Amino acid sequence: MSGGVQLARAPQPWSGALRQTGRGVLLPVVLLAIWFGCARLGLFNTRLISSPEQVFSAAVREYRGGAIVTPLLSSLARNLVGLAIGTAFGLLLGALLGASHAAARLLGPSFNAARQVAVFAWLPLISVWLGVGEPAKIAFIALCAFYPVVINTWDGVRSVSHTLHEVADVYALSRFQRWRALIVPGSMPAVFAGLRLALIYAWLGTLGAEYLLAAAPGIGNLMTEGREALAMDKVLVGVAIAGGVGALLAAGAARLERRVLRWRPSNIVNPKEAT
Amino acid sequence: MLEAELPLQSIDLRSRPLPVSRRLRELRTVLVHISVPLLVPCAILGLWALAAHNAWVAPQILPAPEVVAATLLEQLRSGELLGHVLISLGRVAGGFVLGGMIGLALGAAMGLSRRVEHYLSPLFTAFSQVPVLGWVPLAMMLLGIGESLKVVLIALAALVPVTINTLHGIRAVPRAYVELAETLRFSRRQLLFRVVLPGAVPATFVGLRYGLSQAWLSLVTVELLASSEGLGFLLVWGRQLFQLDLVLSAIVVVGLIGLALDQGIARIEARLLRWQPTAAAAAGRRA
Repeated sequence: MSGGVQLARAPQPWSGALRQTGRGVLLPVVLLAIWFGCARLGLFNTRLISSPEQVFSAAVREYRGGAIVTPLLSSLARNLVGLAIGTAFGLLLGALLGASHAAARLLGPSFNAARQVAVFAWLPLISVWLGVGEPAKIAFIALCAFYPVVINTWDGVRSVSHTLHEVADVYALSRFQRWRALIVPGSMPAVFAGLRLALIYAWLGTLGAEYLLAAAPGIGNLMTEGREALAMDKVLVGVAIAGGVGALLAAGAARLERRVLRWRPSNIVNPKEAT
Repeated sequence: MLEAELPLQSIDLRSRPLPVSRRLRELRTVLVHISVPLLVPCAILGLWALAAHNAWVAPQILPAPEVVAATLLEQLRSGELLGHVLISLGRVAGGFVLGGMIGLALGAAMGLSRRVEHYLSPLFTAFSQVPVLGWVPLAMMLLGIGESLKVVLIALAALVPVTINTLHGIRAVPRAYVELAETLRFSRRQLLFRVVLPGAVPATFVGLRYGLSQAWLSLVTVELLASSEGLGFLLVWGRQLFQLDLVLSAIVVVGLIGLALDQGIARIEARLLRWQPTAAAAAGRRA
C-alpha cells in the first residue's frame, strides 16, 4: 500500500519487469516448497495426501500408460462438438432476436425465463430424454454454450449503430449486403465476447456431464476414478489438465478474435460482456 | 427498419379529444404488447398438454402439465419443498458470503497496491483457470461430502468473478476524481472511502452479481453430485424414481430462485448507485 492509489511514477522498464516476475514467482515457489517440505518431514500421510513428486511421477506414469491422451482427446472432442452445435444455434437465435423486433418480442421473454434456470438443473431431464450416453453429454454441453452466445449476439446485432444503418439505407443495400457489410462486422466484438464465455461454460459443462452421466473416457472421468481409488496424485494431474485446457482454449479464442478483428481501429471500446 | 415511422395520422392535430377508434387502437397495442410474449409459452404448454393427453409420449418421459402443477402445489403445501429450498439457500448464502468476502478483500488489495498485485496475480490467474467443477474430486477427498464441501465449492465459484471485477473496478476509478481529491488535500483515508471505493462500486457489483449466479449454478451442481437434501437432491431423487413431475417442478423452483437472487442483487446495486449521474451509471453498468 506504499503508493496508496496508483500515482504516476517514473517507469523503470527493465528492472521493473524483472522485479515483477520475481514477485509473481515467489508465492508459488514458497507454497510448493512448503508442500514439499511437509511431505518430506512426514507432516501428513503421503498415502492420503500426495507429495509434489508423487504428482509429477503420476503425470509421467499416466502419460506413458496412455491414460491421459485418450481421455483428453475424447473430452476435447465432446467439448468441441457440443460447443459447435450450441454456438451455431446460439448465433442463429441471437441474430434473429437482434435483427427482428417481432422475434425479440415473441421469443425474448421466453428465452430470458428459460435462462434463469441454472443449466445443470436440466441435466436430470436430459438424462431421461436422451439417455446417459454421448448424445446426452453433447446436448448438455451445447446448451451450456448456447446461452452466452445468444445473449451476446442479440446484444451485438441490436446495437449496430443507427447511423451506419442510415448509411446503408442511403446506399440502398440489399438485405444480404447489409448483413455482410454492416451487421456481421459490427456485431463481431460482442459475438466474440459471447464465444469466450461459451468456451468457459462448455468446458465446465464437459466436466459436469462426465461426472453426472455415464462413465466414458474423459478428464472428468479420470478425476472420478482417481478419487474412487484414493489416488490424489491422479486427481491433481486431472486438475492441472482441466486448468490447462481451459487456459489454452481461452488463448486460442483470443488469438482468433485478434485475427478476425484486425480491421478494427483499436480505440473502439468493446461492448459489455453480458452473461 | 427505420423508415415508415411517420404515417399521416400522427400529423392530424385537429381532432384533439382522442377518437374512439384511436383509443381502441391504443388498447390493442397494449394487449398485443402483453400477449405476444405469452404466445410461445402458451404454445409449448398446449403442445405439451396435447402430447400428454393423447399419450404421444409415455408419462414417465413427460408427465402432463397439470400433474407437474399438482406436484408443485403438493410439495408447497406439505412444506417439503420449503425445507429443501431453505437448505439450498443456506448453503448459497454461506458460500457466497465466504467467497464474496475473500474476493472483495483480494480484489481490493490487488487493486490498491501494484505490489500486492505483482505477488498474487500469477498464482490467482493460474488458480482461476481451473473450472469450479475441476476442483470437485479433490475437494471431496480433502473435505468429504458434507456441508463444508458445498460451502467451499460455492465460495470458489463466487471468488473468481468477484476478485477480478473488484480489481478492475478500483483501477477504473477515473483519474480525474483522484486528482480532484488530491487537489482538495483529502487524507488517504478520505481518498479511499470517499472516492476510490464508491467509484469501484459499479464494477464490483457486476462481479457480485455474476458471482451470485455462479454460486447458484454451483450449488445445484454440487447438490446433484453429493447431497441428501436441497433442490439439487430433489432433482436427482425425482430422476431416480422416474418422477419427472418432481424433476420439472424442481426445475421451475430453481429458475424462480435464480431470478429472485439476481433481481435482489440488482435492487441493492441500484440503491448503492443512486449517487451516480445517470449517464455514468449506464456506463458503469456497461463496463
